[in-house]
Amino acid sequence: MYQMWCVYGSMSVRCNHQKVEKEGAIVDRVNVTINGASLSVPKDYTVLLAARDAGIDIPTLCYLKDINEIAACRLCVVEVDINGRPMRNLPASCVLKVEEGMNVRTNTLRVREAVKTNLELILANHNRECLTCYRNGSCELQKLCDELNIGDIAYVGETRRPVIDQVSYSIVRDSSKCILCGRCVSACRDVQGIGILDFTKRGFETEVAPAFDYSMADTPCVYCGQCIQACPVAALREKTNIDDVWAAIDDPDKFVVVQTAPAVRASLGEEFGLPVGTRVTGKMVAALKRLGFDKVFDTDFTADLTIMEEGTELLSRVKNGGTLPMITSCSPGWIRYCEIFYPEFLDNLSTCKSPQQMFGAIAKSYYAEKIGVDPKNMVVVSIMPCTSKKSEANRPEMEVDGIRDVDFSLTTRELGNMIKQARIDFKRLPDENFDKVLGEYSGAAVIFGATGGVMEAALRTVADVLTGEDLEVIEYDVVRGIDDVKEASVTLPIDGVDTEIKVAIAHGTKSAAKVLEAIKSGEKTYHFIEVMACPGGCVHGGGQSHVSAKDRLDVNPKINRANALYEEDKIMPLRKSHKNPEVIKLYETFLKEPNSHLAHKLLHTHYDAKKQYTIENQGEFDDLL
Amino acid sequence: MQKVFDIKENKQKFDELLAYIESQDKSQGVLMQTLHKAQELFGYLPIEVQKFVSEKTKIPMAEIYGVATFYTQFSLEPKGKHTVGVCMGTACYVKNAQLVLDKLAKELNVAVGATTEDGLFTLEATRCLGCCGLAPVIMVDDTVYGKVDPKDVPEIVANYKK
Repeated sequence: MYQMWCVYGSMSVRCNHQKVEKEGAIVDRVNVTINGASLSVPKDYTVLLAARDAGIDIPTLCYLKDINEIAACRLCVVEVDINGRPMRNLPASCVLKVEEGMNVRTNTLRVREAVKTNLELILANHNRECLTCYRNGSCELQKLCDELNIGDIAYVGETRRPVIDQVSYSIVRDSSKCILCGRCVSACRDVQGIGILDFTKRGFETEVAPAFDYSMADTPCVYCGQCIQACPVAALREKTNIDDVWAAIDDPDKFVVVQTAPAVRASLGEEFGLPVGTRVTGKMVAALKRLGFDKVFDTDFTADLTIMEEGTELLSRVKNGGTLPMITSCSPGWIRYCEIFYPEFLDNLSTCKSPQQMFGAIAKSYYAEKIGVDPKNMVVVSIMPCTSKKSEANRPEMEVDGIRDVDFSLTTRELGNMIKQARIDFKRLPDENFDKVLGEYSGAAVIFGATGGVMEAALRTVADVLTGEDLEVIEYDVVRGIDDVKEASVTLPIDGVDTEIKVAIAHGTKSAAKVLEAIKSGEKTYHFIEVMACPGGCVHGGGQSHVSAKDRLDVNPKINRANALYEEDKIMPLRKSHKNPEVIKLYETFLKEPNSHLAHKLLHTHYDAKKQYTIENQGEFDDLL
Repeated sequence: MQKVFDIKENKQKFDELLAYIESQDKSQGVLMQTLHKAQELFGYLPIEVQKFVSEKTKIPMAEIYGVATFYTQFSLEPKGKHTVGVCMGTACYVKNAQLVLDKLAKELNVAVGATTEDGLFTLEATRCLGCCGLAPVIMVDDTVYGKVDPKDVPEIVANYKK
């Protein structure tokens, strides 16, 4: 009835040690000795990776695999000789390629003293308020000080003037914590292709900051939070709303409902020491109930609703000659990116609000009415893998008749903090179920959290609707995985005519830009595109649990967490959005039909082009261009 | 000097800068030479100029600002019509360059690093200018004055006031 094939999966080819092993190809190897042990390693290895294979843990701070390999912090220095010839000085193992006959020592007095001195120098200009620091316990610098036996502060002197920027709703930058490792700079500029932060000024005054010391709120920052994910310390973190949420829970006049995004369940356990990508749906629900929320619901409910609205919008655009390709609008980082960098594509964006916002709008209308609560007394809290969601919740458009859709948006990490603060023993919690009505969801909704998930969910529903059948083949492997840009093509009967529907999936704003440029140049045409602002999709969002640079040598959070979601999809009795009984009931008794007048009022929105780095004489500047 | 940078008044310079950017080989880094060109055209690198470079080269603003604030030859503040640099390298320093600098500051009535109110002079203390045999040395724009005695200062300055 329909067919599908992969056109291409453009893949970034990196010398990644897992890849070399996995493919089992014959690779050139070299023999090296590390701390007296002989081993044979692929010749494109760095000394750091070779040591890792040999079970030797070299300390690192600025190194972030594949993202920031710049040998700046000098904590990974080693002593090396090649065939008996000693190398001058102590090279940085994160960038030093292995060579035949290389003899590496990582644990000599000279190395230990150099590493310790380098770390002490970093500490000299670091705000050491660890006890009250946001990253207390998850700080990579703190951990190294413990492991490397730093007993006192060796160098005391002047410190930089601190700059704390907390203007945006999403991200706080605190220069007093910054150790100038450059991980955020690489994450923003090279991974996301945006470049909000860079090294500015020089010498003692050096600061990682936006241009002209602008607040991040006045830059084209999309608040994706990939810089926060990269930061080893608390120089970059989310703006927290924990106390706001506690206050709402404590207020007897407020009816507080909470919604959880799909990706949260794949990461929350990491806050409590569980392996990366452990699925903790039931425990998460149990914890939320114990925190005192009146109802514990799932954003997945409105993910299903999104499919109904967005799927209908897509078919209507295809049938009626509307603007194509249509592009998904679930990711607020992507929406902001499009508004700032590609305003010419604003008409291509689906008008659907994101599932987070749809949830708030439905909770405060349909659900409030159903249970007889005044929407003014209802507080909607969302738990998101995302920092951009905080800004989205505060967008002026995101309210209906003066009532905000979502009151507070917390990250996965903030929820972890609340659970710890409430002294809940997370790992020993029983598995519990979401509350009725807005806690009902399909497997299609769960996979929204992984790149390609929205597309797969949409295809499951659109294919059923168009064929009029209940199709059994529902797993679309071609749209899964973390290849840079994924493309697929499906032939579906539209008004009785077999029509080829071309789709693409981009994750990360850099890969989104690649797809948009290919459309602009005429090289590619599509009907439907899924874009998520974060590489890997929401599972790797800026609000997810921190995974240290060291752990990232062994695990890929994007893959592990996505697997957790696909696993949940598999065990769900319902796996298609349009089969969600509560969504069906919502349409029958309230919205009437997808894209109805009421649906438009509650569930759809609009977008505006946004200027970047606005200046006093912006008008004249625009004329100049 | 306090007024907002006038974009319209500088239209021609922007055109010239754009022509320069477009003439560059895009396969190589173009930022340094572009900023040099801009500094030469405008005398300094105000936010309007950096925004323009960012728009036309697609290099992020933070990277441009980072380079502009790293190298001392770029300035974010408008400079005077003439730049007076006093060499404070070792040789000039021991030959009493400080006295020359003090005299210049007094004569021009301006702090070191600042620009005179009439916008004519910017006074700077520089690193070694590379002609130690002539110590103490000052440089006004591209002209080098060697073996400067503080007494010579009024005459040198007067040449540029004409």
